[in-house]
Amino acid sequence: MPKTYQPSEKIPSSEITPEKHYYTRRQFIQLAAAAATTAALAACGVRPPEGEPLPNPSAAPSTSPSPAGGSEEKLTSYEDVTTFNNFYEFGMDKGDPAKFAGKLQTSPWTVEVYGLVNQPRTFAIEDLLSGYTQEERIYRMRCVEGWSMVIPWQGFTLSQLLKAVEPTAEAKYVRFETLYRPEEMPFQSYKGFPWPYQEGLRLDEAMHDLTILSTGLYGQTLLPQNGAPLRLVVPWKYGFKSIKSIVKIELVAERPATLWNTTAPREYGFYSNVNPDVPHPRWSQASERRIGEGGRRPTLMFNGYEKEVAGLYAGMDLRANY
Amino acid sequence: MKAWPYLRAAAHVGALLPLLLLIFDALRDNLTANPIQAATQRSGTAALVLLLISLACTPLYTITGYADFSRLRRPLGLYAFLYALVHLSIFVVLDYAFAWDLILPELAQKRYLIAGLGAFAILLALAATSFTLTMKALGKHWKRLHRLVYAAAGLVVLHVAWAEKGNLSTLSGDILKPALALAVLLVLLGLRLPPIRRRLTALRRTPPRRVIRT
Repeated sequence: MPKTYQPSEKIPSSEITPEKHYYTRRQFIQLAAAAATTAALAACGVRPPEGEPLPNPSAAPSTSPSPAGGSEEKLTSYEDVTTFNNFYEFGMDKGDPAKFAGKLQTSPWTVEVYGLVNQPRTFAIEDLLSGYTQEERIYRMRCVEGWSMVIPWQGFTLSQLLKAVEPTAEAKYVRFETLYRPEEMPFQSYKGFPWPYQEGLRLDEAMHDLTILSTGLYGQTLLPQNGAPLRLVVPWKYGFKSIKSIVKIELVAERPATLWNTTAPREYGFYSNVNPDVPHPRWSQASERRIGEGGRRPTLMFNGYEKEVAGLYAGMDLRANY
Repeated sequence: MKAWPYLRAAAHVGALLPLLLLIFDALRDNLTANPIQAATQRSGTAALVLLLISLACTPLYTITGYADFSRLRRPLGLYAFLYALVHLSIFVVLDYAFAWDLILPELAQKRYLIAGLGAFAILLALAATSFTLTMKALGKHWKRLHRLVYAAAGLVVLHVAWAEKGNLSTLSGDILKPALALAVLLVLLGLRLPPIRRRLTALRRTPPRRVIRT
């Protein structure tokens, strides 16, 4: 059965500035239930009606947060999640993706899963939407630039997809690649970055239950600026690890090159786990600003998912392997 | 017709415009989802641009011979300082809310902050000695002190280059803004080199027709 994932570290809502499109607990449960129903239908082999969105959060009546929800972490507004983005394929300004990503053709879309696997396969996006258990996951998203959000994603665990293609014993890493199509992604013509965008995970990180491939947020199909139609979400790593608009997933034996690690290796390590004790030359990693709030809040080890993921790095020097 | 009053008015209006727009956008809640960051970046950009424009006054005078350009140097430099002050105040007051336990470790770790603070310290010293009275009191030392503006400009370019997500030496990442600022600064400094300056002055003083060789 699908489940709603809550971060293990709770933040008292009293610390958080109320935001405009806040879901009341009740509405949120309704949404989760709707998502669960969709997922259950999908699990039974019933395809959910395509293009039928769940209730639009911004259309939901705005009511004050439930006072009983003291331990509940508040969501970043749908508007902020969809207008304040880093997606350099569309420009370097935070507003550029929302402005310029409309040209991106997300249908038809296929994802090639290949490399050190027994069952290489090219998936149509529709098969990924209907073929795997879709869940609601509420995750913190911590950008390396010192800001963060709380986002309700829809998606499915990457482990399901990887199991389906059967990685061989030699497969140690997973390499992800974003679409390269400069005519639709104008900033790909800028030569300052080694396009296409690439990211990578160690296989055990990729198989972890927190790691998902997302197809939607706030009950809506992903918008291009958020990485439509399929993106990675790895909530304990800095946001740039969560690669967007994926077209290739390759199982490999060696640690893959990643765009940011290639561009500035001393600043962006392969792991890039959220870690308040490993400073960055440009932004504070000790504290962060939650979008929608003034001021700063302390950054949590592994972005608050320490209980879940610290075991992946047991015995490793996290300062050397940043 | 006397152009100076118009030139002066245009300089004041132009220099205050970024601040007014910033306040206007802040009041309308139109500063992106991360308003503190947007305000920090906009005030910083205004400081950089005004500093470069104030450094353009002398070359403009050299090229045109129009002395009023020199009279804009002081007010534009002071506006650059004003924006630097706003920029730093947003960082300390709005962003970090005077949390020195957070600010000081950042300052110790981050070279872009050290460069920025160095530039601010210079601009503060120059602003504090910009009065006609202090100018006279300092005598010949005043000019020497105020040559530090070149160091401040260099530090500001470093501050931007190190704060942006790119690397100027390898021409990778986000380098458009610092590269542009560096190019403008180098041109403005180049125009001050004595041989180039003499050439420009000579060009201006000699009407082109008389240059024809006999």
